[in-house]
Amino acid sequence: MSVKLLLGNEAIGLGAIDAGISGVYAYPGTPSTEITEYIQAHPLAAERNIQRKWSANEKTAYEGALGMSYAGKRALVCMKHVGLNVAADAFINSTFTGVNGGLVLVVADDPSMHSSQNEQDSRFYGKFAMIPILEPSSQQEAYEMVKFAFDLSESIQYPVLFRITTRLAHSRAGVSRDEKHRKENSLSFPPDLRQFVLLPAIARKRYELLLNNQDKFQKLSENSSYNQYTPGSDHSLGIVCCGIAINYLLENYTEKPCPYPILKIGQYPIPEKLVKKIESECDELLIVEEGYPVVEEMLSDYFGKGKRIRGRLDGTLPRAGELSPGLLANALQLEQAKNPGIPEIVTNRPPSLCTGCGHQDMYKALNEALKPWGDGHVFSDIGCYTLGALPPYRSINSCVDMGASVTMAKGAADAGLFPSLAVIGDSTFTHSGMTGLLDAVNDGSNVVIIISDNQSVSMTGGQDSSATGRLDSICKGIGVDPAHIRTVVPHRKNHDKMVSIIKEEIDYKGVSVIIPTRECIQRTARLKRAKRKS
Amino acid sequence: MKTNIILAGVGGQGILSIAAVLGAASLKNKYYLKQAETHGMSQRGGAVVSHLRISDKPIHSDLIPMGKADIILSVEPMESLRYLPFLKPHGYLVTNNVPYKNIPNYPEMDKLQAEIDKLKRKVTINADGIAKEIGNLRASNMVMLGAASNFIEVPSKKIEEGIAEIFRSKGAAIIQLNIEAFRKGKTTAKTTP
Repeated sequence: MSVKLLLGNEAIGLGAIDAGISGVYAYPGTPSTEITEYIQAHPLAAERNIQRKWSANEKTAYEGALGMSYAGKRALVCMKHVGLNVAADAFINSTFTGVNGGLVLVVADDPSMHSSQNEQDSRFYGKFAMIPILEPSSQQEAYEMVKFAFDLSESIQYPVLFRITTRLAHSRAGVSRDEKHRKENSLSFPPDLRQFVLLPAIARKRYELLLNNQDKFQKLSENSSYNQYTPGSDHSLGIVCCGIAINYLLENYTEKPCPYPILKIGQYPIPEKLVKKIESECDELLIVEEGYPVVEEMLSDYFGKGKRIRGRLDGTLPRAGELSPGLLANALQLEQAKNPGIPEIVTNRPPSLCTGCGHQDMYKALNEALKPWGDGHVFSDIGCYTLGALPPYRSINSCVDMGASVTMAKGAADAGLFPSLAVIGDSTFTHSGMTGLLDAVNDGSNVVIIISDNQSVSMTGGQDSSATGRLDSICKGIGVDPAHIRTVVPHRKNHDKMVSIIKEEIDYKGVSVIIPTRECIQRTARLKRAKRKS
Repeated sequence: MKTNIILAGVGGQGILSIAAVLGAASLKNKYYLKQAETHGMSQRGGAVVSHLRISDKPIHSDLIPMGKADIILSVEPMESLRYLPFLKPHGYLVTNNVPYKNIPNYPEMDKLQAEIDKLKRKVTINADGIAKEIGNLRASNMVMLGAASNFIEVPSKKIEEGIAEIFRSKGAAIIQLNIEAFRKGKTTAKTTP
């Protein structure tokens, strides 16, 4: 058996290949990106012709995967936590349609917001959708659990949510690969050719079926090897650990075993019998979970008459942020090493735009053009260019969700703000900015939309952008007046030209699109290195 | 055997290559390993850190607990101090002394040096200078790995095999250069007071 050093994300990618997927559907997003990249680069993916091109956004990704599942084949779909907000409509309804070929949705949550705008917990979505959730505790378990997830999905005929968090996604460990691999499924229709037609009459039946399946999902959790009870000698406390939380607990007990009973949860719905067992045996319960206090809230006693439940809600653990061995030591009042603290002289080093990046030239021109109007006129979006909020630029006033810059600029213009501008990246524009631009065109809004095009999805590592080479024709097709679609190369030597283009388009009363286009310098360097190698 | 190493630097300085080499070397030695990396936003010139744990027994946490790092291995002097709360009371701080100044308020170097000098066990070397002498500034990360290797319980032979594996796709000349950088770092650190 070969042992490979893999990121949690790579282990999931390898697990999916070995589970016989026919396609992976995804939009890049930290901390989920490497799952798809691993599959894209794997020789078996080319050999088996696994569908593996990036999707335009998480919703199109999920729907693509659902279509593949309809046709009987196994599909993996991957996204970051906020991506599931975009795909939520497809996801929630797919638990009514059910699946044919196995469908596994991997969502990577980002507690502590290392690279995200919030730290929402995807397990809420799983509960909302009333389907099983799997949550691995290690890279090895993640690898094995993917195959289990596909088997589970095909046996229950529902999608399965596979939840990980940043630490597992971006941490490496040795992973042993299973010798036996699944072949891909052959093409087949779903058992009922109307089950995907969610007309009210059919949807009601499908909902009833989903409700009737809840007991089955509960039984599957009761019997799952991923839910394990470990007895302990000290019953003053019982500890419930979800996903990787178990590692932080056990890190505090490397010398002697943990004295308290432990329930490790890796499959949801939470296993009722095991939870009741640990509750009945212990005086208090401590719930340890990455993300929101999902399980803690379920078990907490609203009227305070029952057993004490400790965790993030009562302050035993912090309410926000990711867990660590130290936080568990605190919660259990264990002795910790003395901490000298960080010397005062150390200053923050926030991320910044790369030297020579085209976004910098765009912001320099924008700041100059907007001098007469002052701060407060620029809505922006999600990508490297969001760093334009930090010094020395301080150019933008919003970063909310993919595509929101265009529609917020429109809404503010509707309210009377002038000038009202948006700065959005090329890939973010094709992800979710195009529909907002259509609203602006239909309304004749007085906005300037700057699509800062670096021909790459750069913040996540330089993946191919769906927008490359298409922006001009997309904007024309949406109905922007071709005289007010202005393309320019963002470069120091074009500074004056860019400033005057921005000023001219501010003066134009209607929808303007300015497209500064220059390839991401990291991508240029990477392509050059790859060329040299070959 | 258990070694906890905090790898510190600035996005783009090559700390992930150091981690990859040590990872490959540990696997060759049949050790367990866990290594948490920084991906995403901070890679754009921000502070980055990797927690690397090597042991002959299974490892639980991907993160090193505070006060449990045997070594802080940093390719940048200010970054070496950012993770001091992780260092054991008698742990080693091994750092490059060439600052990477991409922020306007970078502290004065002699003040940073004074902070570093407060520690009992530290090694500061000019990794950039050594790498340039060898012929490629980009190999300064392997100089630093060499400097720290004196305190890591993985045989240097295995680390050199790890270098050969990680840089294999870049050709024999690059492998040789990085091995030379590693060896130079190792001997320089030994002779640095």
